[in-house]
Amino acid sequence: MINPYLIHPATIVEKIQEAEDIHTYRLRLNDEDARRNFRFTAGQFNMVYLFGVGEVAISIVSDPDEPERLDHTIRAVGRVTSAIGQLRAGDTVGIRGPFGQGWPLEDAHGHDIVIATGGLGCAPVVGAIEYIFRRRREYGSVKIIHGVKTPRDLLYHERFETWRRQPDTEVLLASDRPDETWRYHVGVVTELFERVPINAAKTLVLMCGPEIMMRLGVPILMGRGIPATAVYVSLERHMECGIGLCGHCQMGPYFLCKDGPVMRYDRVEPWLGRTGV
Amino acid sequence: MGVFKFASCDGCQLSILNLEDDLLALGQALDIAYFPEASSRMEAGPYDIALVEGSITTAEDAHRIRSVREQAIVLMTIGACATAGGIQALRNWADVESFKQVVYPSPQYIQSLSTSTPISGHVRVDFELWGCPIDKGQLLRIITDLLAGVRPRLSADSVCIECKRRGNVCVMVAKGIPCLGPVTRTGCGAICPSMGRDCYGCFGPTEGARTGPGMPPNTASLAHQFHQGLQLIPIEVVRRFRGINGDTESFKRESESWEKKM
Amino acid sequence: MAPETRGILPLADLQRLLDTLHIRGYRIAGPTVRDGAVMWETISQISDLPIGWRDHQEPGRYRLEQTGSAEIFGVVHGPQSLKPFAFAPREPLLQIKRAQGGFSAHPELPEPEKVAVIGARACDLAGLAIQDQIFLNSSYQDPYYAVRREELFVIAVNCTRALPTCFCASMDTGPRAKNGFDLALTEIDNQLVLEAGSEAGSDLLSALSLPLASHNVIGEAAARVEACARSQVRRLDHTRLPQALYDAYEHPRWDDVAARCLACANCTMVCPTCFCHTVEETPDLTGQQTEHARLWDSCFTQEHGYIHGKNVRPTIKDRYRMWITHKLASWIDQFGTSGCVGCGRCITWCPVGIDLTEELPALLASDGRQSAKSTSGNT
Repeated sequence: MINPYLIHPATIVEKIQEAEDIHTYRLRLNDEDARRNFRFTAGQFNMVYLFGVGEVAISIVSDPDEPERLDHTIRAVGRVTSAIGQLRAGDTVGIRGPFGQGWPLEDAHGHDIVIATGGLGCAPVVGAIEYIFRRRREYGSVKIIHGVKTPRDLLYHERFETWRRQPDTEVLLASDRPDETWRYHVGVVTELFERVPINAAKTLVLMCGPEIMMRLGVPILMGRGIPATAVYVSLERHMECGIGLCGHCQMGPYFLCKDGPVMRYDRVEPWLGRTGV
Repeated sequence: MGVFKFASCDGCQLSILNLEDDLLALGQALDIAYFPEASSRMEAGPYDIALVEGSITTAEDAHRIRSVREQAIVLMTIGACATAGGIQALRNWADVESFKQVVYPSPQYIQSLSTSTPISGHVRVDFELWGCPIDKGQLLRIITDLLAGVRPRLSADSVCIECKRRGNVCVMVAKGIPCLGPVTRTGCGAICPSMGRDCYGCFGPTEGARTGPGMPPNTASLAHQFHQGLQLIPIEVVRRFRGINGDTESFKRESESWEKKM
Repeated sequence: MAPETRGILPLADLQRLLDTLHIRGYRIAGPTVRDGAVMWETISQISDLPIGWRDHQEPGRYRLEQTGSAEIFGVVHGPQSLKPFAFAPREPLLQIKRAQGGFSAHPELPEPEKVAVIGARACDLAGLAIQDQIFLNSSYQDPYYAVRREELFVIAVNCTRALPTCFCASMDTGPRAKNGFDLALTEIDNQLVLEAGSEAGSDLLSALSLPLASHNVIGEAAARVEACARSQVRRLDHTRLPQALYDAYEHPRWDDVAARCLACANCTMVCPTCFCHTVEETPDLTGQQTEHARLWDSCFTQEHGYIHGKNVRPTIKDRYRMWITHKLASWIDQFGTSGCVGCGRCITWCPVGIDLTEELPALLASDGRQSAKSTSGNT
């Protein structure tokens, strides 16, 4: 019997700074067999472990076609992630995974893609965006919509600029509390949902961010003709086991660690409107 | 590390000495530079970690705690007195002057504040360790975390969870004993219920300072059950909540509401 | 199992069954009186069992009474279901040691142990079946649970007396043990009717070479179990679930029950099916070794709904709603069955006596708020 709790040591090959407290850790499994057999899809996550501290669920943002290199973007905010933030290249962490359901990127070939995010960074979609741009010709137009409270919250500033230069790609930014340097939309991100040019019949939406953004934003897109079944959201709950057994990550009838974290909107729509579930 | 004492019984400091073998490991892992209870070697600060036992009951101590804070990078309270004012916080509901007159032949020499207050009422506290006395496993765990550069975290679950994991029979349900376990935070290993007696709340309220409207601890429901179900009269309910951690916000609110019914 | 395979054993000869299990290498766990309740302990003699004792259970109250009779299985149950036998309250998962180039993790599987548990009730079997489904038949198998479960030999006792807190009949899980046991006993007039439910059970039954139970005795035993079902005063009407409970999300009754609920988690700890667990990491002071262990957890704790800096279920109302909605509704979507087996433990062992058979109809009632005290227990 496979022991799904077994943690595999992995070396931090490189630590790349993304923002003050956000780094991308490039990991390489130490064990050769484990490294060779590791396969994942974009949007899946690993449980990343730090010796003596514990585990935390982190999405894999690197390319699934290069599974020996596993990038995880981690913001030092909680107990485990803050301790990981003190590590350097050459240090060891642990990995269990990959777990969960990722983005339906292979099914999305030929579609226009709208990627809508809000808040502080959104690692799960960063992986999806990179995936799409590496296979640019397989997809239609790409619209990246991102909302922040204040310009200071805009992370990955350089990435947005890089993405903006990609063919047939538009980046739309919004801030509802801008300063005088803000050159983009002023207001909440969902206002951009109303004006972004879309071809509803062939668009797939990938969304990640606060649940309130999904709850208010998706109906706007649906009002413009995009069916709920073409909208995918990445959801967050406390995750400990990653395998649907520990009970923490429930949202309604779903265990987000195994049924999600990426869920089709129509399946979770009844639960998104509810606080305290 | 420095260990500092304020108004207290020294029991929490003794818990450090009672670490036995682990104390040697602790001494190797860090330099115990100031611990008058254990050693006459007393080195001046600054300290990486200051453990503070006891509450503030005199003007002089209110001044001294500021100096400890200034010398410490991490200040951690150890025990109910330092964290919540302790049993001596019962004076907060009483007339300290009359106590002095009754107890001391020359009360004019007694310099004491009219209240006993937790360390957090005077200076910033980085971490609080509950209990009367503290649990040595929790102490070691926190020091281990601090040495490893990890933010310490202790469970705020109810004592009941630990009781059930240990296979204890609930003293309240099976014996009708008014137990504070449902509203008290874990950490002790459910010692009292394991010995067939009630929890008296020495680790303080569940979820500690992070409470709010509609959040645990639900002292009102438990107090109601003590009164209605277990036939405690209001003064007995007051006494249940007004103990070692009686001056914590939730326990205090509960005891004062039952005082009105007396 | 056909009636002709049923054996009859005088109560006084129960020792033969225990001895046979011992000879076959089983540690026997049975109900014993401890600290005012029956608890599972290792037993070797009939006298270890709660002879003559009966339990009285009502919301928030449990008492034992010695009746002086020779009855062995007169106590229906204590706070423990079969849950701790396979899903241990604390299970070390890994020992992790510092090593060259980081660390190495070593699984710490429990030692296989042959355990025969005697005295499980039909509700307990139903609970165990649900836990088996979760830990053994989900997308991932739990190897720790599997080791403990592998050699568990279950001897069930059919209930002939219902507690006021029992509602297994309405959940269709009891009081007769239908499956999931190796042997089932029915205690009737100083004798035990034995029925095998598995190959291992049949094997043991043949080894005892018991006289066959007469049709009269078998009929009488069945009649008493049926009478027990009819005597149950509590019931849970789950016909409109799960949807009706999903629809009750905003019902004012949640505020009412939240005012009473302590969020102490006792209900989830005694529940035979609750499976939430958390992982505890315990490093030693030298930083050379750390233990990665799992512990029973509960949806009533602060940490359960915690995600970086906030709690998705901060209030007692959120947590109680999570528990009941999962137990009685979303469990059906997840596992095709209710998460409730009708044992009534959450009613008895709630320190303030919250009764889900009273809460559910109140939550599903369309006429809004009902007083907590105005409805009787069997509504």
